[in-house]
Amino acid sequence: MAIFNRRHFLATAGAAAAALPLVGPALAQEKVKIGFVYLGPIGDFGWTWAHNKGREALEAALGDKVETVYVENVAEDASAIPVIRDLAQQGCKLIFTTSYGYMDQTIEVAKEFPDVKFEHCTGFKLADNVSVYNSRFHEGRAVLGTISGMMTKTGTLGYLGSYKVPEVVLGVNSFLLAAQKKNPDATLKVVFIDSWFDPPKEAAATETLLNLGADIVTTHTDSPAALQILEQRGLYGFGQGADMSAFAPNAHLSAIEDIWGPYYILRAQAIIDGTWTSSNTWDGMVDGTVVVSPYNAAVPADVAAEADKIKAGYMDGTFDIFTGPIYDQDGNLKVEEGKTLTLEELAVMDWFVKGVESAA
Amino acid sequence: MQMTPEFFILAIVTIVGISTPILLAALGELVVEKAGVLNLGVEGMMLVGAIAGFATTVFTGNPWVGVLAAAAAGATSSLIFGFLTLSLNSNQVATGLALTIFGTGVSSLIGTAFVGRIVPQFGSIFPPELARDPILKVLFGYSPIVYFSIIMVVLVWWFLTSTRAGLILRAVGENDLSAHSIGYSVIGVRYLAVAFGGAMAGIGGAYFSLVITPMWAERMTAGRGWIALALVVFASWRAPRLLVGAYFFGVLVYLELFAKASGLSILPSQFWAAMPYLMTVVVLTLISMRDRIGLNAPACLGKPFLPAT
Amino acid sequence: MRIKLEKRPEPSRLMLVVTPIASVLLTMAIGVVVFDLLGIDGFRAVVDIFISPILLSYKWQDVAVKAAPLIIIALGLSVGNRANVWNIGAEGQYIIGAVCAAGIGIAAGTTGGPLIILVMLLAGMVGGTAWATVPAALKTRFGVNEILTSLMLTYVATQVLGYLLSGPWKNPEGRNFPATAPLQPDQTLPILFPGTTVHLGIAIALVLPFAFWLLMSRSVFGYQIRVVGSAPNAARHGGFDSNQTVWLSMLIGGCMAGLAGALEFAGALKALNLGFPSGYGFTAIIVAFLGRLHPIGVLIAGIVLAITYVGGQVAQTTVKIPNATAGIFQALMLFFILASDVLVRNRIRIIPSRKSAAAAVRGE
Repeated sequence: MAIFNRRHFLATAGAAAAALPLVGPALAQEKVKIGFVYLGPIGDFGWTWAHNKGREALEAALGDKVETVYVENVAEDASAIPVIRDLAQQGCKLIFTTSYGYMDQTIEVAKEFPDVKFEHCTGFKLADNVSVYNSRFHEGRAVLGTISGMMTKTGTLGYLGSYKVPEVVLGVNSFLLAAQKKNPDATLKVVFIDSWFDPPKEAAATETLLNLGADIVTTHTDSPAALQILEQRGLYGFGQGADMSAFAPNAHLSAIEDIWGPYYILRAQAIIDGTWTSSNTWDGMVDGTVVVSPYNAAVPADVAAEADKIKAGYMDGTFDIFTGPIYDQDGNLKVEEGKTLTLEELAVMDWFVKGVESAA
Repeated sequence: MQMTPEFFILAIVTIVGISTPILLAALGELVVEKAGVLNLGVEGMMLVGAIAGFATTVFTGNPWVGVLAAAAAGATSSLIFGFLTLSLNSNQVATGLALTIFGTGVSSLIGTAFVGRIVPQFGSIFPPELARDPILKVLFGYSPIVYFSIIMVVLVWWFLTSTRAGLILRAVGENDLSAHSIGYSVIGVRYLAVAFGGAMAGIGGAYFSLVITPMWAERMTAGRGWIALALVVFASWRAPRLLVGAYFFGVLVYLELFAKASGLSILPSQFWAAMPYLMTVVVLTLISMRDRIGLNAPACLGKPFLPAT
Repeated sequence: MRIKLEKRPEPSRLMLVVTPIASVLLTMAIGVVVFDLLGIDGFRAVVDIFISPILLSYKWQDVAVKAAPLIIIALGLSVGNRANVWNIGAEGQYIIGAVCAAGIGIAAGTTGGPLIILVMLLAGMVGGTAWATVPAALKTRFGVNEILTSLMLTYVATQVLGYLLSGPWKNPEGRNFPATAPLQPDQTLPILFPGTTVHLGIAIALVLPFAFWLLMSRSVFGYQIRVVGSAPNAARHGGFDSNQTVWLSMLIGGCMAGLAGALEFAGALKALNLGFPSGYGFTAIIVAFLGRLHPIGVLIAGIVLAITYVGGQVAQTTVKIPNATAGIFQALMLFFILASDVLVRNRIRIIPSRKSAAAAVRGE
């Protein structure tokens, strides 16, 4: 406890010192206040943690022009409305609501505050003062899939999913399609645990996938639980949302990092410049939103080289994993040769590609 | 997929992991309820145990000390409940719920300093050669806490059925006024039971933060404390049945995950998830139908002790 | 010296009123100290959590929206608790109430109007009541403990919701996210003050406590509940059927929880998602106790608890306390109020023990 208190004290003292030069009213007025609404605690080491890192990046970049506030653990029910409204009433000019479940609440509050700009993460409802933004996480999954396809011994891969929403479906398909390019017989077992955060169940589901013969498991839930199981079993996996190598130094081959900072800085700057307009942004690797963590030493050089090719392909726009021919689970041709699924089509994808073994 | 012995052994090892923390917490709650007290704060005590065990292990590097700290922290938090309900006769249901809110808050606050840290897994203490053979793995492949949980089932069962102290505890839960009139300290017995329940919940919480996933994450028990409460009822307040119930729950969870991972969809997953609770209601009803008078539920469960003075 | 508790013949009316206020004040005082120790401006934090939502008129609507379901559910529960019937599954009844209302909304398609809204609310009440029927029937028929069955059924209700949202009731336009389609504008509860979120449910939450007060103090039923609760043996002699009491109090609890669920759905959220069950049913148990199981007390307690929720969120942005701290605060306040219950029922007497009295005489 003593150490904990000191840490806290130091942290607060530091914050206070940093805030000191800014207490002058004239200066304070010029600062643009920006609010964030978080679903989980900032210590979840997953989704909310990544958004908070983005907020910190924003403070670091534009700290003399912006002030940020956040509210964590906001339920996705009606009580999100007062939280969002409160941020607007406190004078926030830009408010990021960082979970799908705040969609209607964001739209509702936005009606009351036409002068405040809102940004809703992963949703699809727009208004004059409401933008939506998301990240093409599936691009990173293609890199991970490439690594997995080359490194799997059993040819059976595992995917720990939360819900069968488009973001996860895209991740599943991208991962397996990339793996099959290296290992055409690769199959993917998918388990949806009906939660984004449930470490005990994530752990049990990972073990189940391993018991059924999967030797590499990638996760689409928020805790490092799966990686810790893989570490215990001496197998491989990937981090989700952040570099989680600290939790599993041997098992952690790489990770998809959600980097929200660049987007937050861009949008805050637009508010400062008065150039903000409502938009639908779906950034990817090329925008720095999706970052693939450094590879583990266990990744052989040739595998790393192939993975880097995918990265490079996304960076210069020459590669897209959703290019035909793509067959669905029942073997029907869904995307013809030479065709590529559009972003609009991807946004509503609800079918799995051939080789996915999933009940849903 | 082949139904080899290896396959079943792997399944058993996973199921043990699912069942153990719930079994520990439920064993503690069973003793508490046998003494006539209903503590709904299990989830909160588990979280307090999880962070205390993890934090202590980070500092000392010794998971054994961590587990002891988890037990101590669980017991300490349970004594808040004990003081309010036993000494001040507050309502047990409301106080238990408040304890869960408290435990969640305290563990989150302390936990902020430990996010992102890890400790070595508190795994098997046997030589790795023993766990390499698949058959022996079933016996020797677990954390010491797993063996502890099984030993505690036997001990609690023996204590409640065969010892004088256990008899007194049951008397206090069945008829506090008579126990009091014979000269037993109803409140004293209940304090001890509540503290034991807290300690066991704390160890159950530490199983999450030291064994399954050696890390701290806010609310990492994700509702297992409530399942423990259900299990006590499912087991109709009998320790051996608790063992069966906890493993039955583990099997159900495993079957759900197994069916999903194998691409089988016989029933919606929500059906599997609701099963343990529905089964508990059914079991509870069957017991009650069978012996209406003796109903194994402690007669004083949840009621305050109000001796006529 | 020894402290002795003496049971009062009648609960102290004064203490009944004084102790909750004292508990809140004590929590605030401790908060100032603890926050200062944690390096946070304690005074400001406490002001933001407990006072700001009262002073800032624009916060009132938030408090009202948060308080309404708590009050309605707690009213129903307090009836049962008075009769020693423990329905702790209000959360499940609340969920099923909302599910039934949503079912009507989906069935109605684009048809709206007062009639549809009325049917939705009725469906919610029926659903909540039906969910409470199971523990009531098991209790009266087989003597099964209602605390446990009602709690178990809450988890079943959560899974029912999850099942419906994952498939049958999933919004076809919703990109596969587990949620229902939002209600049509004329299917939602009317807003009482334009430009706010104060919906009809809040008026209901304000009126119901007085209705319950009349019910409990003037009707035979209210008398029955009070007698069964305070003197079960006398009640039996007086000809009150205890099974009937269980039935009525469980069903009233379920009905109110279901109503609250329907109002929350049709008034505040307007679509069902997996985040819908956020613990109102459990918090309402605490509200019932804070309100001393009295309808007007419940009204006040619901508002106080809603203030701390709203204020806790304010304080996250103003003094930057973590959300967890607000939870600790609520728990502390509850602990104090539950502890102070002892003063309502008992009188404290300090009895100097013989030994220390003798010591005092000797001047030691």
